Amino acid sequence: MPDPRFKVLTSASTSGPGDAGRTGSWRVERPIIDYSRCTPARTGKPSCHLCWLYCPDNVVSKSIEPTIDLEYCKGCGICAEECPVNAIAMVAEEEFPAGGKNEP
Amino acid sequence: MNHKMIESGNVAAALAVRLAGAEVIAAYPITPQTPLTEKLSQMITRGEMDAEYVAVESEHSALAVCIGAASAGSRSFTATSSNGLLYMSEQLHWAAGARLPMVMCVVNRGVGAPWSVWNDHQDAISQRDAGWIQVFAKDHQEIVDMTLKAFRLAELTHIPVMVNYDGYYLSHTYMPFELPDAADVKAFLPPYEYLHTLDPERPESLNTVTLPDARHDVNGVKRGGYMDIRHNLHEEMRLAMEVWEEIDADFQRRFGRGGAPIFDLYQCDDAEFVVVAMGTLANQFRDVVDRLRHEGIKAGVLSLQMYRPFPSSHIANLLQSAKGVMVFEKGLSYGNQGALFADLKSALYPFPARPTLHNFITGLGGREIRTEDLYQAVKTSCEPGNQSSPEQTDTPQWIGLQL
Amino acid sequence: MQQEPSRMIQIRWHGRGGQGAITAAKVVAEASFNTGFGGVAMAPTFGTERRGAPVCTSLKIAKGKIYDLSPIVSPNIVVVLDHLILNEVDVTAGLQPGGLLVINSPNPVETHALPDFRVAVANVTKLGIEAGLRKGIVNSGIIGVLGRASGLVDLDTLAACIAEEFRDRKPDENVRAARMSYAATQIHEPTPGGPDA
Ligand code: SF4
Ligand code: SF4
Repeated sequence: MPDPRFKVLTSASTSGPGDAGRTGSWRVERPIIDYSRCTPARTGKPSCHLCWLYCPDNVVSKSIEPTIDLEYCKGCGICAEECPVNAIAMVAEEEFPAGGKNEP
Repeated sequence: MNHKMIESGNVAAALAVRLAGAEVIAAYPITPQTPLTEKLSQMITRGEMDAEYVAVESEHSALAVCIGAASAGSRSFTATSSNGLLYMSEQLHWAAGARLPMVMCVVNRGVGAPWSVWNDHQDAISQRDAGWIQVFAKDHQEIVDMTLKAFRLAELTHIPVMVNYDGYYLSHTYMPFELPDAADVKAFLPPYEYLHTLDPERPESLNTVTLPDARHDVNGVKRGGYMDIRHNLHEEMRLAMEVWEEIDADFQRRFGRGGAPIFDLYQCDDAEFVVVAMGTLANQFRDVVDRLRHEGIKAGVLSLQMYRPFPSSHIANLLQSAKGVMVFEKGLSYGNQGALFADLKSALYPFPARPTLHNFITGLGGREIRTEDLYQAVKTSCEPGNQSSPEQTDTPQWIGLQL
Repeated sequence: MQQEPSRMIQIRWHGRGGQGAITAAKVVAEASFNTGFGGVAMAPTFGTERRGAPVCTSLKIAKGKIYDLSPIVSPNIVVVLDHLILNEVDVTAGLQPGGLLVINSPNPVETHALPDFRVAVANVTKLGIEAGLRKGIVNSGIIGVLGRASGLVDLDTLAACIAEEFRDRKPDENVRAARMSYAATQIHEPTPGGPDA
């Protein structure tokens, strides 16, 4: 361990939603999960969660129904690309005039 | 129990690395470093050293492996020379910026083109701004002791350390030295712990892109931006000098050797003229100083042991009252002057009574450095009336040119 | 304090790449260190070594620590592992007047006599074979000749260091070669005025 006189500043931080700043406003498309296709949601078992694993901003929850924190989701579409059952659709942001809510 | 032996400098370094308990060695052979890494891989293969030897395909990969190993919490070591060090250059900056403790021996050799396998200091000098601590050994005992101390320095400061020693003059020369007892070294060098050891139970984002500005992380903690991180590296490199002195004092208490962490002085107490040099070149001046003293000239030699961080105030305090200072070096900042000379000159600038300065370049690419030539150069510089003009001061003189 | 350069013993070794001059110099370094010389520094030719090419190794021995690692300019002793090198290399370059020249040669010492130097000769190649070594192993034998002619280190110390250095390579035969060469050493004192004077 470093001597206590040394702060040892590095670019190191706990990973989690918001680690890269407020990226929610970056979105052009937003990921929408179709729970009728999503494996854990459909079976009620903790499985798959590839979207959780791959999301670079850690904004997908590892829950039976995975949820996405749109405050920080930057809309990169990696989750949609990785989902093995194509349960995630990337929908244009204009479709959501209400902003953060997923209602059209 | 102490272990005295006569061996080459490369073997001395390898035995010190084993004593230090390095766990991962990754290196690519290059003259004159090769026998060092051969010895390490041989000891590991024979089961005489408990470490992982990673045979890599290049120096760039060698340092990359050490970066990975140090991140994972293993004590890592690599070694190289010359163009091999330059091939690591990108990774050197990375290891420093990521504050990864590790030790590397640089067996100093001239840099190509044209190829030269022989000694000078250009390899290390060219990497002086990479954020590594650089120390220079001038005999086999110093190679052993400095390497052991370097591991502790790296780990306490979280700044990587380069232990430099002269190719051939030390690497391939056989001299006596003693190895401390393994148990005593263990007590001196506590186990390695990295502040950000990779741990699946405690995931962290490491060395991600930093924006120009500082930011708050997910826990609301303010995280420095690039500039803040680099400022801290600089400040803590300055602070590392103090830690190096403390480590040396502790080493001396335990092993009875040391007392010259920043510089090793010979006949400097009342010296009016002081030679400044690094590595074996500094030792070569001892006979010159004796001869000048015999002739009534109060000369001394200051061997600089630590080049980065540069001990500017230490050195300026020591030299500001001298009449003349002659800096001899085996490398330079092309198009300007000797790099050490420029550093020294800037350190002395704030002192009104500063000495006159002379800069000499010698021994590039293994060109023989004749003790007689050194004597003549120092003697001429000491002569009364030989005050240099500003122009002369800034022009290095080359010793031993064959043009 | 520094020792005067004149009080330092400087030995230059001439051999061929692969002939073991470095090992021989190392043995003498060890033996000197063991008999109280605090400073020894043995430096092989810096650079690339090719089998068969003439190489040289320098060995400095002093009471105190050695600081100057520059190559030997004026040796007190020159050791030649192969008399044919005499045709290729000016082995006595810089040799101090009255200095010692040690040669492995099949020829009698008179043929190598020089006005300014002591010359010591033994047929180390032949004695090595008689001692049970492979043909061409001369580095242990030449140590015996050097030991006898210089008086630097006693034969038993040299023998012990040879046995240690060659512990995996016929130690007994190497020690025997050194002892036989020691016994067979012929010495020619300097002959001012030339060999015919
Ligand atoms: S990757 Fe697809 S199937 Fe798997 S948890 Fe995510 S949304 Fe459901
Ligand atoms: S689009 Fe998907 S992968 Fe990309 S940030 Fe949003 S949740 Fe994460």
